[in-house]
Amino acid sequence: MTVNVADKDKMVVVEGSYAVAHAAKVCRPNVISAYPITPQTHIVEDLSQFIADGEIPNCEYINVESEFSAISALVGSSAVGARSYSATTSQGLLLMHEVLFNASGMRLPIIMTVANRAVGAPINIWNDHQDSISQRDTGWLQLHAEDPQESADMLPQIFKVAEDKDVLLPGMACMDGFILSHVYEPVVLLEQDLTDEFLPAYDPEYVLDPANPMSFGAFAAPDTYEEFRFMQEKAMQAALPKIEAAAKEFGEIYGRFHGGLIDEYLTDDAEVIVMSMGSILGTVKDVVDEYRARGEKIGVLKVRSFRPFPKEQIRKAIKDAAAVVVLDKNISIGLNEGALFTETKSCMYNSRCDIPIIGYTIGHGGRDVPRESVAKIIEEAKKVASSGITVESQFLDVKEELL
Amino acid sequence: MKEIRIHGRGGQGSVTAAELLSAAAFEDGKFSQAFPAFGVERRGAPVQAFTRISDIPIRLRSQIYKPDYVIVQDATLLETVDVASGIKDDGIIIINTKETPEDLKIGTKAKVMTVDATEVAMEIIGRPIVNTVLLGAFAGATGEVDVDSIKNAIKERFSGKVGEKNAEAIQKAYDLIREEKA
Repeated sequence: MTVNVADKDKMVVVEGSYAVAHAAKVCRPNVISAYPITPQTHIVEDLSQFIADGEIPNCEYINVESEFSAISALVGSSAVGARSYSATTSQGLLLMHEVLFNASGMRLPIIMTVANRAVGAPINIWNDHQDSISQRDTGWLQLHAEDPQESADMLPQIFKVAEDKDVLLPGMACMDGFILSHVYEPVVLLEQDLTDEFLPAYDPEYVLDPANPMSFGAFAAPDTYEEFRFMQEKAMQAALPKIEAAAKEFGEIYGRFHGGLIDEYLTDDAEVIVMSMGSILGTVKDVVDEYRARGEKIGVLKVRSFRPFPKEQIRKAIKDAAAVVVLDKNISIGLNEGALFTETKSCMYNSRCDIPIIGYTIGHGGRDVPRESVAKIIEEAKKVASSGITVESQFLDVKEELL
Repeated sequence: MKEIRIHGRGGQGSVTAAELLSAAAFEDGKFSQAFPAFGVERRGAPVQAFTRISDIPIRLRSQIYKPDYVIVQDATLLETVDVASGIKDDGIIIINTKETPEDLKIGTKAKVMTVDATEVAMEIIGRPIVNTVLLGAFAGATGEVDVDSIKNAIKERFSGKVGEKNAEAIQKAYDLIREEKA
């Protein structure tokens, strides 16, 4: 539960995109650059309005002609020490792909909201996670939010982790397109004073400065390149405890906690654990409550951090279950598995624990996942718990008549 | 939890109505959620928007298949859209039309109520904008939200005379449907 009922007096009913734009504003960015693309558009429209109204001091909004230019502009601005923010989705994120590696390799803590959307062809504007999952190996932190409140609260947290001197990596704060970006519901808009307390000004150790010339990401021959890659991985590992710490400190200051690297819901005694990321978790928790009311021990593991991948935390959370089912809104075509499923299996393989894990790829291109489908998945996982795996990974609800 | 589906045509403000309804329910002390049927926003095309109202925070993010209430902004939709789809047997369908529920012959066990929101809108607002008017009828028919909360939500969104006129029309539709109910 990421909504704190005690916050009710502070809540306002706004669109998820507005809550996120407002959160970006109170993080006091110095440069914003973005190119509009559905369903991210409302976020950048709201930010443009804030800029036009003079509500973001000491900030420049750079209009560009593409996402490639947007992220390139931010590589420059971040290198001179400006706190830099963007938002994008789908084909826009894919167009940034090359520069994402540069931003990470240059160790620039740019933060970007991704309003997750399917990728074409065929053209599809609706939600799944194929866009950000496809950026898995670019060296960006990648966190996934469950609801609009968490999508907003995630921004100061991820800025703080990314700008930490032991980390210095860019980060994506992912929220499900439309499902979270276009929903109106009560949220607490982040307070400026609390955010100033939580997130100090960005104080980079190294900046591009004509008075003190230095190069970023210029060239590395075989005798040094490997060490740059090693340092990137080391920074990712350093981010693991920082993500936990930032979530905890956020909770102390703002009174809301959405989980650190993971968040466990009724997992302690669970025989079947359902794992996933993003907005589907709310629906899953509602279904699990129905099972619990009937005395069935089902639990939910929310994975908040996809990169860095919290192997230890996941192992610990699921090791005592009789079966685990992983729901992925993405697929690695050719492996017939979603990424969270593959990586969860991978992190269990060399542990001494041998529990059956199955996967479903769900919600492709915005296909709705109703409660009944979640219940069907849980029933399958129960069978696996008692009699083993028959199908390891599958699509949830393919319409045979359309094939 | 109560689930509401609003049928309209692109440009009639179905999404705005769903949002205002969620704001009003929140003002009443409930939790609420409003969302459109994503990606079909073409002027004149049949569109849907949804609201959930609950005493506890709402985690459910799937679409609404079995609504408690349905609001139909444009009776011409009855020819092409099954507005009663999935509605609960004890639910209520509120339709903007001059006709009576009996005339419409909608195949449903749910209660059908009609209100001439277009006439109310023309008389008070001077334009055939019915989305807010129907929220007044919704408050009167269902009792799920306070009509004053609806009016406050409108006035917050549309300041000055526009908000005032809408509030007046909302009250009128509320009164009309209360009479029909009684």
